Amino acid sequence: MTLEISREFVDAILEQSRSEYPDECCGVIVGPVGANKAQRLKPMINSAHSPTFYEFDPKDLLALYREIDDNDEEIVVIYHSHTETEAYPSRTDIAYAGEPGAHYVLVSTRKEIAPATEFRSYRIIDAVVSEEPVIILD
Amino acid sequence: MTIEVRIPTILRPYTKDQKSVHAEGASLSAVISNLDSQYAGIAERLLENGALRRFINIYVNDEDVRFLGSLEAQVRDGDSITILPAVAGG
Repeated sequence: MTLEISREFVDAILEQSRSEYPDECCGVIVGPVGANKAQRLKPMINSAHSPTFYEFDPKDLLALYREIDDNDEEIVVIYHSHTETEAYPSRTDIAYAGEPGAHYVLVSTRKEIAPATEFRSYRIIDAVVSEEPVIILD
Repeated sequence: MTIEVRIPTILRPYTKDQKSVHAEGASLSAVISNLDSQYAGIAERLLENGALRRFINIYVNDEDVRFLGSLEAQVRDGDSITILPAVAGG
């Protein structure tokens, strides 16, 4: 699989990651069911407010699923930031990955690589991580 | 006492890919037992040491069961239960 994503969304996710630093930021991109199209960006609140953990608030999570069900949409991308480490799924990311159909996007804004950033995408299925190419559409 | 239970993608292999199934019971605990009798193995994915798993969210109608007594949450005919894996990580 390949993730195709607009430049606008990549920039918005990196900007969210910077503005929520040092906490991890998180969110989803949803799109029409079955289309594998990252169409609508929905930043979410990291209810853990932590530099090492993220979690969607359970109430926000239910609201999100209700909304996308009503719109015949599904979650295409689940993203979060790593603020001090590489953009690679951590052990907890792998343990809690619950959407086998989603692209798991990790961004890193760690200081060592600044001003560069990392933006990478993975599938996480049955605790197996596979990185996939990212095509940024201008 | 028939309860609709909405199943997340990750658990659909247990329900033969059905997004929504029916179960019987007057409490969440009874509903989960009944679900497991129909779809063997699903309870193990929801429970750990007899309690709800930390990273599984279950809602009765629109309310998180953690505010309704967790496994003791009461359900009534026509209620809808939604199961969603937490979106979380490190």
